Amino acid sequence: MMAREVYLDNSSTTPMHPEVLKEMQTLLERKYGNPSSLHRLGNDAERTLSSSRQLLAEQLGVKSGEIYFTSGGTESNNMALAGIARRNYRRGKHLLTSKIEHPSVLEPLKKLEVEGFQVTYLEPDRNGLLDPFQLAETVTPKTILVSVMHVNNEIGTIQPIAEIAAAIKRKNPQTIVHVDAVQSFTRLPLSPREQGIDVLSISAHKFHGPKGTGALYIRGGILVEPLLAGGEQEKGLRAGTENTPGIAAMALAARLNSENRKEKTAQSKIFKEKMLSSIETAHPWAQINGPRKAEGVPNILNISFPGLKGEIILHALEEHNIFVSTGSACHSRKNKPSHVLEAIGAEKAALDGAIRISFSSMNTPEEIEYAASKIPQVISELKAFMS
Amino acid sequence: MKRIYMDHGATTPMREEVLEAMLPYLKEIHGNPSSFHSFGREARKGMDEAREKVARALGASSPEEIYFTSSGTESDNLAVKGIARALSSRGNHIITSSIEHHAVLDTVKHLGEEGFEVTFLPVDEYGMVDPKDLEAALTDRTILASIMMANNEVGTIQPVEEMARICHEKEVYFHTDAVQAIGHLPVNLEKQPFDLLSLSAHKFYGPKGIGALYVRKGTKIKQILFGGGQERKLRPSTENIPAIVGLGRAIELAVENIPEKSAALTALRDRLFKGLQEEIEDIRVNGHPTQRLPGNVNISVAYVEGESILLSLDLKGIAISSGSACTSGALDPSHVLMAMGLDHQTAHGSLRFSLGKENSEEEVDYVIESLKEIVERLRKMSSVYKK
Repeated sequence: MMAREVYLDNSSTTPMHPEVLKEMQTLLERKYGNPSSLHRLGNDAERTLSSSRQLLAEQLGVKSGEIYFTSGGTESNNMALAGIARRNYRRGKHLLTSKIEHPSVLEPLKKLEVEGFQVTYLEPDRNGLLDPFQLAETVTPKTILVSVMHVNNEIGTIQPIAEIAAAIKRKNPQTIVHVDAVQSFTRLPLSPREQGIDVLSISAHKFHGPKGTGALYIRGGILVEPLLAGGEQEKGLRAGTENTPGIAAMALAARLNSENRKEKTAQSKIFKEKMLSSIETAHPWAQINGPRKAEGVPNILNISFPGLKGEIILHALEEHNIFVSTGSACHSRKNKPSHVLEAIGAEKAALDGAIRISFSSMNTPEEIEYAASKIPQVISELKAFMS
Repeated sequence: MKRIYMDHGATTPMREEVLEAMLPYLKEIHGNPSSFHSFGREARKGMDEAREKVARALGASSPEEIYFTSSGTESDNLAVKGIARALSSRGNHIITSSIEHHAVLDTVKHLGEEGFEVTFLPVDEYGMVDPKDLEAALTDRTILASIMMANNEVGTIQPVEEMARICHEKEVYFHTDAVQAIGHLPVNLEKQPFDLLSLSAHKFYGPKGIGALYVRKGTKIKQILFGGGQERKLRPSTENIPAIVGLGRAIELAVENIPEKSAALTALRDRLFKGLQEEIEDIRVNGHPTQRLPGNVNISVAYVEGESILLSLDLKGIAISSGSACTSGALDPSHVLMAMGLDHQTAHGSLRFSLGKENSEEEVDYVIESLKEIVERLRKMSSVYKK
């Protein structure tokens, strides 16, 4: 058994980068000022805040005034959807999204439906891919907002967001394009201006930053109604004393995780290939959920073992110090099957027997070597036991 | 140079014990509490323990009455909006006071735009709400009253227990913003009939970016953020575990020996008041002489701008605030002081000192001496000061 835990659930949350942790610890100990205060401690905190904003803006190639800090991906997505819909409804009440979005997109949309908005949920193909032209066909003069995730958190499908944005804007240049980039930011190149993205959500704990911090890019000129009222922070769009240590740690994590992206992606590819080939060699009956190659990110592998239960596999692997997930963490405490796997047409047995293996740049080749030999073995044991 | 921090009402430094409690969760125990595996379970355990600590500190009947949020602001927004959303079919009238924090005021104003009726109760010259006014304002359409436990600017302690009882007789929910009170005033929800109570960790030596809302069992409330099922669906988003653990530790420490700590702070406060009044002419004490937070000193200095004094004090290493930090960037005079009947000019000359456990008598004396010198200098330059 591996002495150390092999953590392969990085799409749920990631460990903090050691440098990020160090930075955060320093800030927690020393820079405790409230950025709204006028004295030196407040000014210090305000400076930290603005340099973090600048750093994050640089990563996205946008203006620092277009970055708003939030408490996480869920709040960013809620603020984008509810904030834009409620502020722009006079232009129309039609919203467009896909069936495989994160609950923090789907749930606010359900709420908006109750408030009188019409929402169209588009179906992806077997690989979880959306067709830009099919999306654009659904756009009407009344469509004020389209929300599409960049990378799916369960199956890793990469959406062609630039093509999607372009097709939508050709049909209705007024339609605002929101992208949930929680899984992709720092891992894939992102450039909202070039890709035609108007609003974009990120969450720090998915890229080796701290929990409880996220951000929303809002292109200048787009009107958004605040979700949280009660203070002039974030230009009146998001009240609450800023979590300066968390924000600075997020900005640093963004920079660190974007560095050497090519090398990190190449390493992830090797990890995924290694894992896939050893599982498929031993268990040709295993089914991959979502894309195999180019349309998927290299750090997510979703695979079903029909006849076995994902939860049982998860716990059996845990005995060997390997940590994976069934579906996404947000689903795993409910007994509901994954809406993503359902939307791509997975059958019941595949739904029940799915696990998600997700890598990060903090995994080592030794860990992957160990997990790639252990997982097929555990599956064999479980299968023998079941039959 | 000496550095003296007397702005604890804006934010407090974190206690070492709190950081110590957080560190394991920032490092090894990095799991997502929604995950099934041991990383997730350990994180969940830390969160459960913190929830128990908060419940115990408040005298809540069960940890299930505690919901974690990203801040005091979010707690206030959730309390007021959540109740309004849940009870809109029963009534549309909300009562609050004119000296609440903006997190409450802006939220009720927003509800006012949606068609809710809002009564803003007046305060007397000491910043005190009269329970009789509350009683008179209740109608059969009233669903909620929200009155803060102690004011953040002038420190006036409100008769919230009495007001909560009045509300209960009429079956109206009572929310109290206890953000400034925790650690200074005893809270015991077994005896105090509040239905909802907001708190924020960074005001009692805990981390920023984390707050909590107490919701008495059986209270009808709706969520304002939508997504996963976290916090029993009332507040979705991956939980900020390190900060939650920090909040738990901070509140545990904050409620220890409140009578002794309060007595010590009150003595320091009164020393500061007395010294200022003896040494500087033409100053006005704002707030109640006795019913005030132990560490709060608020004065108006005639003939000079509060901000000029603040900046001069800052140059001497003394950090205080003019009005509250959230409005100190704005040029409007404090809404609290205006509600107490001060004129614009007097309100503009106001200063808030908020003392904390690390302040000493020597520091208080140094502050008196420094302020005397600064006021004399500024008054010499003032055109309105003629003596």
